[in-house]
Amino acid sequence: MRLFEFEAKNILKEYGIPIPRGKLAGSVEEATQAANKLGGAVVLKSQILASSRGKLGGIVFAGSPTQAEKAAQDLIGSTINGNRVDRLLVEERLDITRELYASVAIDRQVKTYLVLASTSGGVDIEEVAQTSPEKILKHWVDPLTGFSREDAIEMLNKFDISKDETTRLAHIMVTLYKVATDYDAELVEINPLVRTPSGEFVAADARVTLDDNALFRHPEFKDKSLIRLDDAPLEAEARRQGLAYVDLSGDIGIIGNGAGLVMATLDLVHLYGGRPANFLDIGGGARAEIIKRGVMLVLSKPEVKAVLINILGGITRCDLVAQGVIAALKESNLKKPVAVRMMGTNEEEGKRILNKAGINTYSNLEEAVESIGTLR
Amino acid sequence: MNGIINQKPRVIVQGITGNEGRFHTASMLHYGTEIVAGVTPGKGGERVEGVSVYNTVAEAVQNHGADTSILFVPPARAKDAVIEAIEAGIKTLVIITELIPQKDVIKFLAKASKSGVIVIGPNTPGLINPSHKIKIGIMPSHIFKPGSVGMVSRSGTLTYEIASHISASGLGQSTCLGVGGDPIIGVGFTDLLDFFRDDEATEGVVLIGEIGGNAEELAAEYIKKTDYPKPVVAYIAGRLAPPGKSMGHAGAIIMGGGGTAKSKIDAFGAAGVPVAEKPSDVTRLLRIGMGKYQ
Repeated sequence: MRLFEFEAKNILKEYGIPIPRGKLAGSVEEATQAANKLGGAVVLKSQILASSRGKLGGIVFAGSPTQAEKAAQDLIGSTINGNRVDRLLVEERLDITRELYASVAIDRQVKTYLVLASTSGGVDIEEVAQTSPEKILKHWVDPLTGFSREDAIEMLNKFDISKDETTRLAHIMVTLYKVATDYDAELVEINPLVRTPSGEFVAADARVTLDDNALFRHPEFKDKSLIRLDDAPLEAEARRQGLAYVDLSGDIGIIGNGAGLVMATLDLVHLYGGRPANFLDIGGGARAEIIKRGVMLVLSKPEVKAVLINILGGITRCDLVAQGVIAALKESNLKKPVAVRMMGTNEEEGKRILNKAGINTYSNLEEAVESIGTLR
Repeated sequence: MNGIINQKPRVIVQGITGNEGRFHTASMLHYGTEIVAGVTPGKGGERVEGVSVYNTVAEAVQNHGADTSILFVPPARAKDAVIEAIEAGIKTLVIITELIPQKDVIKFLAKASKSGVIVIGPNTPGLINPSHKIKIGIMPSHIFKPGSVGMVSRSGTLTYEIASHISASGLGQSTCLGVGGDPIIGVGFTDLLDFFRDDEATEGVVLIGEIGGNAEELAAEYIKKTDYPKPVVAYIAGRLAPPGKSMGHAGAIIMGGGGTAKSKIDAFGAAGVPVAEKPSDVTRLLRIGMGKYQ
């Protein structure tokens, strides 16, 4: 779950990392007030989760409160790359003498945290990695001992910076690691980390992505995680219902148990010339109620002309799946053709229930896929 | 099955008193697996399917000489349970639990690696060896038949789909193991390729991958680099997956142009590994590779 900039900065502030003075504004009035209070030049930053929002016009510099008001009028309510701007972070404009980069992220291949620092801040770190890799320092953390001040200093000694700066930066890096582990973050990034004329380092922008699996330990974010801005409407509904659903652009609804199996079913439908309308994994051991909700969700999509259900019964019982399918068809009252492939636990009973209701069943996946092409 | 688990593993079930623990204990016992004890803190003294339950792994190891553990504990308790098992001297862990926080997985994998403990999973269906009648997992037993094909996969039910074709063809399986659908896992494809190379019962290998990460690319590189001596056939799920969306498995996500089905299929192509277009094609490609086509 990716946090908004202001949420990420609040966390950094809580841990003592300096952030620019500023205020979150939900209206033009609030934004103007904030600019007045800060006085002088400010920057208005759209609180959206789109990457490179600066390039897309989501960040505007204003020399005066009047300019700030004008900018806020333009930004609030506008849409940037599909994201509606509802809130602005209005901040003081910093005097910058240098821009750096610092982050802590989970490296899935190496199976630990990777600490990164770069003397080239303010640009995309992947770009720096390609053009001037010598400007990036990397340290893979030993998960059993953690990341110490000494580790940070040893890492930063390779940079051509003063001793005082090394000490300050080391403190920030160690703090970032602490934030990453305390908040169960996959990524904590400051880019740019700017040096002001007084020699202080300030987090001018910040990004934090939390591990969805760990949200139970961070209840303050749990509810917010249900709303994702890049969700299609049906995806948002599925998330509320606890279903693993992804919207696609075709007309054949696809439901199955197990992520790999559902992906393989999509691929097979495509191979046979069909176009899947969605991905829906009901998971292992699903009960009739979950299946019912899943089938109703897929049937409710107007573009869906037919539905293919693929169940490999292990811990999932085919008879319960059949009951769920029947209940969904009854309750949604939509007359869309449905084909069910089932194999495994209680297969005979499941097929009997479905056949009695006039639904075609198959043991062979490819036969089911072929049939759905003709039913549609 | 040296290197991954013992020839005759003595297995404990952590989380044996929960619904899943009970159900699969019965199924594993029925298959022939030697389940010597169960562990659930606070439930010591109970019995599940005739198996003694202890409060701690240490007691179970002491009383029954267990060397392997399968875990059905909830995600929030997984880290403590894994570390307890490692400290009690368990040598192989099969972690069925999914949705474990990544911070915890990083911690216990580091601990396991330092202690020389093999971890399978998390979020794995486990492993099965039909000729030795060993199942340490949750797969439906009847799908698997004794045979010569080693199977390794990131997925559960898709593996059963392909295994059912392999069984029906008469080839059957030597060992089938799921590495897990999570982004951070213990043993991976290359570990299993290593194992299958030295495993006399295995004549051919099926590798079932999916979008996300680069495990398939690394496996392809390994096959090429080591001039892998046994025929390998791959299947990759997720050709139609859109970027940025997690497809059911946390690990199945295309990020920043990486981890696509195409990248994996191309990598296998470059390593001379045939990639099946559909699950039912795997058997045919295997038979060609193993010289058993009729």
